[in-house]
Amino acid sequence: MSTPKRLAAALVSASLWVDPAQAAPEGPELGRPATPQEIAAQDINVFPDGSGLPPGQGTVAAGKALYASRCAGCHGPQGVGGSAEELAGGSPPNSPHPDRTLGAYWPYATTVFDYVRRAMPIDAPRSLDDNQVYAVTAYLLHLNGLLGAQATLDAKTLAAIKMPNRDGFQRVWPEHP
Amino acid sequence: MPHPHTPDPDAWAPVAAGGLLDRRLFLRQSLGAGLAWAGFEAMAGEEPPPWMRTPGAPFSNYGQPSPSEQATIRWISANPGAPGNGISWTPLHRLEGMVTPNGLHFERHHNGVPRIDPDQHRLLIHGLVKNPLSFGVDDLLRYPLVSRLCFVECGGNSNAGWHAEPIQTPVGYFHGLASCSEWTGVPLATLLDEAGLLPEARWLIAEGADAAALDISLPVEKALDDALVALYQNGERLRPENGYPIRIILPGWEAVLNVKWLRRLQAAKEPAMARNETAQYTEPQPSGIARQFSFVMEAKSFITHPSPGHRLRGPGLYQISGLAWSGRGKIKRVEVSADGGKSWAEAALQEPVLPQCFTRFRLPWRWSGQPLVLKSRAVDETGYVQPERAVLVDERGRNGYFHYNAIVAWAVAADGSLSHVYA
Repeated sequence: MSTPKRLAAALVSASLWVDPAQAAPEGPELGRPATPQEIAAQDINVFPDGSGLPPGQGTVAAGKALYASRCAGCHGPQGVGGSAEELAGGSPPNSPHPDRTLGAYWPYATTVFDYVRRAMPIDAPRSLDDNQVYAVTAYLLHLNGLLGAQATLDAKTLAAIKMPNRDGFQRVWPEHP
Repeated sequence: MPHPHTPDPDAWAPVAAGGLLDRRLFLRQSLGAGLAWAGFEAMAGEEPPPWMRTPGAPFSNYGQPSPSEQATIRWISANPGAPGNGISWTPLHRLEGMVTPNGLHFERHHNGVPRIDPDQHRLLIHGLVKNPLSFGVDDLLRYPLVSRLCFVECGGNSNAGWHAEPIQTPVGYFHGLASCSEWTGVPLATLLDEAGLLPEARWLIAEGADAAALDISLPVEKALDDALVALYQNGERLRPENGYPIRIILPGWEAVLNVKWLRRLQAAKEPAMARNETAQYTEPQPSGIARQFSFVMEAKSFITHPSPGHRLRGPGLYQISGLAWSGRGKIKRVEVSADGGKSWAEAALQEPVLPQCFTRFRLPWRWSGQPLVLKSRAVDETGYVQPERAVLVDERGRNGYFHYNAIVAWAVAADGSLSHVYA
């Protein structure tokens, strides 16, 4: 039988053993403050509303030349037929054999810029400057019929493009967590 | 009381068709004699054997598997034009228990394994936080560390199941984009607490320090619940191909979110809609609408022993053994069928049975030598039952590519060979 004193001690001890997720150990606070300069140097994330897009611009024509020298070897001369993923054309998602090309599947044009800038070309990622990334993005969108041959792309025009499959997704989470 | 080496005849009565026996049979001492013939029939060669007549090898600084086990390897499928872009499978058909050896953990790299100097590597947390912070690896090693055993499974694991014809390959090279380890690290919640997440922060955009700068968005809820910034795997520091020096572990969620070589977390209101959460790791359905943010890996199971590539040596007693897991919690039950799903017997679950963790199941089986079809079916603690393939295909179509978790069937032929069938 517990005395009140023992009971109180048991309650205190129980409170130290609650769910670890709720009682995350107090950290030693060893992170050092990150400076705005350091964040800006690393932050390359681009969001669908265009936030994160850098200054700069590129034309479809400049992108065509860059694509021929840096991209066509893997992705084919027109975004089709190379060893890497197909980028242009393709069947829509409700067809018997849907493709995941930019025009048929990708919901946001900002994603094209983000992915090319961070990861391409595969043998030399981060070797293109922002103007060149705008140009390659412009050419890829042109190959998919989403930009005219004379177009110039910048942060504003890129964020304004509505991709054909923008509404083609249903979020499983958080509906089914 | 029967002699301990005299099997009780009643215990040998099948509990389901095809020769499936009671799951508790192997716990009884009486079974030892029945199994003995299978393991030791081939005693041959000189006596004493040559390795008892000469001193053995000296110590080694880091142990390696026996040279006789050279076939227990990851099977690599990489892009010839970019050899750092591809996958390698865990050879689950050659492993037992629940833990995957570190050197056999499956890999998915988008542009190679970076060689990272841990003294130069840092983790930046910024965006919608009160205090943007940068952590060195040595800093993280000073935090209170926690461990947990859990599986990591690629969203594309088992995707050959969507094919019109069943793939004929060893089971590890079909389902082996899944592995299970003890991960040790700092709860991500601790670091986020120090950075001070702002109330409007709903997502974290995670980025790796590889040549793909792989990025993906993960919900803050999961990050605060059970996410780890892992530093150790199965007791040793992470291997480079598993994210050295730090990676995210999100128990039960598809592997692409478990970002390797973690370098940056941006807290944001909305997901970035990065390539990996739009063009990849989404699943077109027959309606044309694709499933997105399908994070949880649902319950699945398959028999690893015997499985295609193995060959039964003749009628007699065998142990069926396999793996089951669920991203939603613990495995509650695994059932095995030896008649293509008409009758089922409950398998024994090897302890410990842990949430979001490989669970080993076993069942004794006496094969008559007749052709039959083996299946296993997992049920998790939420009551979710692993679906038959036809049910899954009806629901999702065959173009989803990701999240295949249907029941798998192995046909046993009269000659003891096994093949993958849709049955």
